Amino acid sequence: MIRLIAAIVFCMLPFTAAAKEAEPLAEDPVVEQRLNRLAEELRCLVCQNESLAGSRAELANDLRREVRDLIKAGKTDREIVDYLVERYGDFVRYRPPVRPSTFLLWFGPFLLLGGGAAALVFYLGKRRSRLQEQPLTDEDRRRAESLLGGGGK
Amino acid sequence: MLRFLLPLAVFLVVAAFLVKGLFLNPREVPSPLIDKPAPAFKLTQLHEPDKSLAREDLKGQVWLLNVWASWCVSCREEHPLLVDLARQKLVPIYGLNYKDQREAALGWLQQFGNPYAASVADLDGRVGIDYGVYGVPETFVIDKNGIIRYKQIGPITPDALNNKIIPLVKKLQQS
Repeated sequence: MIRLIAAIVFCMLPFTAAAKEAEPLAEDPVVEQRLNRLAEELRCLVCQNESLAGSRAELANDLRREVRDLIKAGKTDREIVDYLVERYGDFVRYRPPVRPSTFLLWFGPFLLLGGGAAALVFYLGKRRSRLQEQPLTDEDRRRAESLLGGGGK
Repeated sequence: MLRFLLPLAVFLVVAAFLVKGLFLNPREVPSPLIDKPAPAFKLTQLHEPDKSLAREDLKGQVWLLNVWASWCVSCREEHPLLVDLARQKLVPIYGLNYKDQREAALGWLQQFGNPYAASVADLDGRVGIDYGVYGVPETFVIDKNGIIRYKQIGPITPDALNNKIIPLVKKLQQS
């Protein structure tokens, strides 16, 4: 029994030492590091819910190669993102830019939150006014006492 | 009364958005290239590898650029439409043979027919990237000044061809 419990507990231990990421094959680790960081921020257009870093689609390979070349050519991150946006549109970015057409996307949730809060305040206010306390009259008190006292000890 | 109407109104608004979303195609990402000059290219021709074709060679006419490959299944789907269109001699179609092998591409055209005035070979897909290609087949309508006016992502459908591409080509040819 003890052994079984020990086995179960052992199975539940978190194993943090998972597989290490594959070593980049290219020669320059600095370039690869920047490439990986950038590619996390970019969307693979073939499998749209994967980043360029995580996708194994052929186009993602090509785009990583392109980004690597741009890094080697000394382009800034911004220039590289712009290069891709020029071709594929804002959709290629996981963080859409803030501009009039994306205001709803960025601020919509806060709008909903504000609306919800306003509705809540409105509702609670109305509820309070409906629940106004009505003090007991002497007549009520007498009736209550007689009902309670009438039970007898 | 408001107690019932308000939730109903909220529900209807949400439902309207969801119904609209149901009929949107997430593959169709609006291209930033519309109304911009077609990116430059200079590639060797598929049939005559010693000859090249550049964007500048095609200026002064309305033309279609169709991105295709022999490995692309949807290309087979749209191909009869292209062959048909080519037969009408309405507009020249140029092919961008995207990341393909020459032998396979030539065999494919022999088997299914060749609607292209010429095809150029984009072996490493670089020109494809310049054109923002991510789902072969894709088709661009390019006007006399070399400006991209329309982009079809995925296979051309008879509906898109007859209601969008052909009317647009005719309009551009007259301007």
